[in-house]
Amino acid sequence: MTDRIKFLREQSLKAINHISTERASLVTDFYQSGADREVSIPVMRALTLRYILMHKHLCINQGELIVGERGPAPKAVSTYPEITVHSIRDLEILDSRPKVSYKVDEETKKIYREKIIPYWQGKSNRDRIMRALPSEWHDAYNAGIFTEFQEQRGPGHTVGGNKIYGEGMLDIIDNIHKSYAQLDFINDPYAYEKQEELKAMEIAANAIIMFANRYADELEALAHSSAIRHPASVIHHTKEELLDLANICRNVPAHAPATFHEALQYYWFVHLCVITEVNPWDSFNPGRLDQHLYPFYTKDLHKGTLTKEKAVELLQSFWVKFNNHPAPPKIGVTALESNTYTDFALINMGGVKPDGSDAVNELSFILLDVIEEMRLLQPSSMVQISKKSPDNFIHRALKIIKTGFGQPSCFNTDAIVQELMRQGKDVVDARNGGASGCVETGAFGTEAYILSGYFNLTKILEITLHDGFDPGTEKQIGLHTGNPDSFHSFDELMEAYSQQVNHFADIKIKGNNVIGRIFADYMPVPFLSLIIDDCIANGRDYNAGGARYNTTYIQGVGLGSVTDSLTALKYHVFDKKTIGMGGMIRALDNNFKDFEEFRAELVYNTPKYGNDEDYADDQAKAVFEIFYSAVNGKPTAVGGIHRINMLPTTSHVYFGSVTGATPDGRQSGQPLSEGISPFQGADHKGPTAVLKSAAKIDHIRTGGTLLNQKFSPGFFDGDESIRKLTSLIRTYFRMDGHHIQFNVVSADTLRDAQKHPEKYRDLIVRVAGYSDYFNDLGEDLQNEIIRRTEHQTF
Amino acid sequence: MIKGLIFEVRRFCVNDGPGIRTTVFFKGCPLSCWWCHNPESQDFKSETSIRNLILAGERFQRTEITGTFMSVDEVLKEIAQDQMFYDESGGGVTVSGGEPLMQGPFLSGLLKACKQKGIHTALDTSGYAAPGTFDSIADLPDLFLYDLKLMDSELHKHYTGVSNQSILRNLAALFKKKKNVILRVPIIPGITDTPENIRLMKDFIRSLTTGSMMQTEIHLLPYHSLAKEKYMRFCKQNKLEELPDLKKEDLIPLKAEFESIGGMVSIGG
Repeated sequence: MTDRIKFLREQSLKAINHISTERASLVTDFYQSGADREVSIPVMRALTLRYILMHKHLCINQGELIVGERGPAPKAVSTYPEITVHSIRDLEILDSRPKVSYKVDEETKKIYREKIIPYWQGKSNRDRIMRALPSEWHDAYNAGIFTEFQEQRGPGHTVGGNKIYGEGMLDIIDNIHKSYAQLDFINDPYAYEKQEELKAMEIAANAIIMFANRYADELEALAHSSAIRHPASVIHHTKEELLDLANICRNVPAHAPATFHEALQYYWFVHLCVITEVNPWDSFNPGRLDQHLYPFYTKDLHKGTLTKEKAVELLQSFWVKFNNHPAPPKIGVTALESNTYTDFALINMGGVKPDGSDAVNELSFILLDVIEEMRLLQPSSMVQISKKSPDNFIHRALKIIKTGFGQPSCFNTDAIVQELMRQGKDVVDARNGGASGCVETGAFGTEAYILSGYFNLTKILEITLHDGFDPGTEKQIGLHTGNPDSFHSFDELMEAYSQQVNHFADIKIKGNNVIGRIFADYMPVPFLSLIIDDCIANGRDYNAGGARYNTTYIQGVGLGSVTDSLTALKYHVFDKKTIGMGGMIRALDNNFKDFEEFRAELVYNTPKYGNDEDYADDQAKAVFEIFYSAVNGKPTAVGGIHRINMLPTTSHVYFGSVTGATPDGRQSGQPLSEGISPFQGADHKGPTAVLKSAAKIDHIRTGGTLLNQKFSPGFFDGDESIRKLTSLIRTYFRMDGHHIQFNVVSADTLRDAQKHPEKYRDLIVRVAGYSDYFNDLGEDLQNEIIRRTEHQTF
Repeated sequence: MIKGLIFEVRRFCVNDGPGIRTTVFFKGCPLSCWWCHNPESQDFKSETSIRNLILAGERFQRTEITGTFMSVDEVLKEIAQDQMFYDESGGGVTVSGGEPLMQGPFLSGLLKACKQKGIHTALDTSGYAAPGTFDSIADLPDLFLYDLKLMDSELHKHYTGVSNQSILRNLAALFKKKKNVILRVPIIPGITDTPENIRLMKDFIRSLTTGSMMQTEIHLLPYHSLAKEKYMRFCKQNKLEELPDLKKEDLIPLKAEFESIGGMVSIGG
């Protein structure tokens, strides 16, 4: 790592997350000026973006090779009052909460109190949405049946394709003009709307060019000012570097990038504009970075204008930019459901080329080097592994994973391509796709795949067991599907559960279609529409269904918990008859008080998902099918289609907190299982059994599933274990598994295991000819293993 | 139908032969090595033990039975669950114990059934069996993980309870038949790592491999005390209770010694 990168990385790590009122203030100024009332909504939104870009402070960090910050400084986080307004209370919570805090100074609070809140209260898009949604939606939302992403963030979840590497904004404007010329006011009832959208796009395209030119001016001014005479020991830009950077900003994004450096800077300007226009949920990122940059890399290398070392330094400077940009802070429940700093910018490496051949190239490996060296939270990273990927690519990734850093995660390209093609996408668009955010499948550059909210599959069982009544909010929010005591068979219970899932999925989908329309009509994103095909050709906004493919996802959460709960009901109530339904429900309502012995049976001696036993796994399949049919194929408000994926981010914690005790032995308020992983500690037959269980649901009919696997650090020792893990991944992917992430168990986790053995039944100590569970070792030995673990990790 | 006494079928074993494997643990062993780390494998009958389950700080006791009789088909069904992992990794099944050779007919049935399914088999054995029994199954496993503990017969008897005569004979027979063998040497401080024992072992290995172009694979297994809790749970006497664990690094000089006779040596499984 060069001194420059060491410095930039350190500055980024040192910077403190804080709320900046810059954007909120500029947006308020613009709206207050009345300028917004003279034009159509799309044009007004484009002018809002232009106003911000024209007036925002330009930040240039010492020595950086990629310029541009969303806020006035690194980790100065913008807010979006036209989407949602933070109250003073929200700001205080953000400032003071121990984890993931955003500092808020008095000046910020003052501006919010005197300017932002008075103007926006009752007028934000969130207010508009909340007023429009029916009471059944609010009841289900308040009960914790589902969450709603768009209540405080714009529809997002899309990833840049390869368009910007071949077209400058001036080329894009040409295309806007072509589309404009096709407008047919005689035959097309939407001609006016298209005209306004295209006008807005042109304003947005010009705005980013203007913004880059402002940077160029500033860089030139810096180059010529005396203020840049630094002692040699201080990291700083040389005059030549500043002039080079200024030249780059003059060329991109106006023109297609000519060099590796320009390609990175172009992307970064685009990134900034996407996340300045609104706060899209979430994860906008360059996608297949090794593919996009490879032609520039080889060309510059060949010309002798770039070395591998310089490319690494540029990429590392690029990495720092992501780390400088934490996620926009959330409010209320959303802060609980997803309390992270990151916006899940997931860089994809590997995969396949448009012609289907292996896409792993030299840059894929260079990016892995960069990830290993930078060890930053953002951007996040993943490797796309196809059956054609070479083993050494996987080995290289695993060598980073084993350092316990949680990156990169591993994805199955062949599954992703099948998932996209099942949805009717073109094979080339599918091969150009990947996964973003946590694990979400998308056709990069051509699809709006909008995540709409998590869906609490476990809570719905609780409601089913109470005949539609929610014990948490004490309201009848579900259907009357009958007193479960009267169910004669497990099938009757499943039928009732299925009806409840459908009931709540309908409420969610109806809500989505209200919200979708509100965003289409009131909160278009003309800038993002420039980047995603075919918004320009269609003359339609990204938020209004302008993309080639439009998908809205609902994310199922708690598969492991609901599977184990249903299995426990089947096993104890219907098959073994160790307890009656009434008794079981009493145990749950009492949160297992006076049922401790029974709870131990539920936790330790009842079949569980994750052990490759059909007795339990059959329920996972059944729940999956119920959820899938309740959602998949239903239309969206903008001409797209609803689909499912299975991922939680951190919502399994929030959902657990609103879900009472469950028949799997989980106590009230405890977290649910995450993704499609077994409930913590439920699996005890090792990773092959987990993978087999997880592969029993049909990943191809989802838009992504998430599976976490824990390993003790000792397991990764030596090349042989890397090869075995590679086989483990390959086998899971042969079974169409979508994603797997390996977590290295830390000493702290092992300490927790000493206290809560029921959560760590899967921890296995592996030694030749011998194997035993961590739980079964005596305390001295456990301590010894903890000591060794601390020694090995850093 | 013939049944075997099995105490565990453990999936994803990665230290007992090539690739990802399932290890089938046979119950019952004629040896009683002082350092045995599967003390529950020794008796030729199922055993009950008390297991403490902890939940929310409370202790719940459950009686657990170790050792069940299973048919070849039952074992095979569990084995077959990971077939794809074997295929991908070049893995398979390892039969371990206890001493599998003590359940000869069942062992042979199981190995044949695996062979029929195209599943690679490894036999983890002490080698202690009557030559007749041994020779009758010697052609069945694809690989032997063969323990070599002590060369002096008296010491062998002292520390394992049996003489090593048939063990050395059977091993020689395998080499003669050019079978795939990995020698596994438990390194127990003060017992198997004495200069005398190592010298004799090297001589013996050299005598086995004379004239062979093949390199002998040798795994040195450092002593560990992980089984301490199992000794208590199964109320068995742990004669090496006070012996500290060896670290992998401790075995580096020994590794060099075995390499000096042309062995392909690794530490751990």
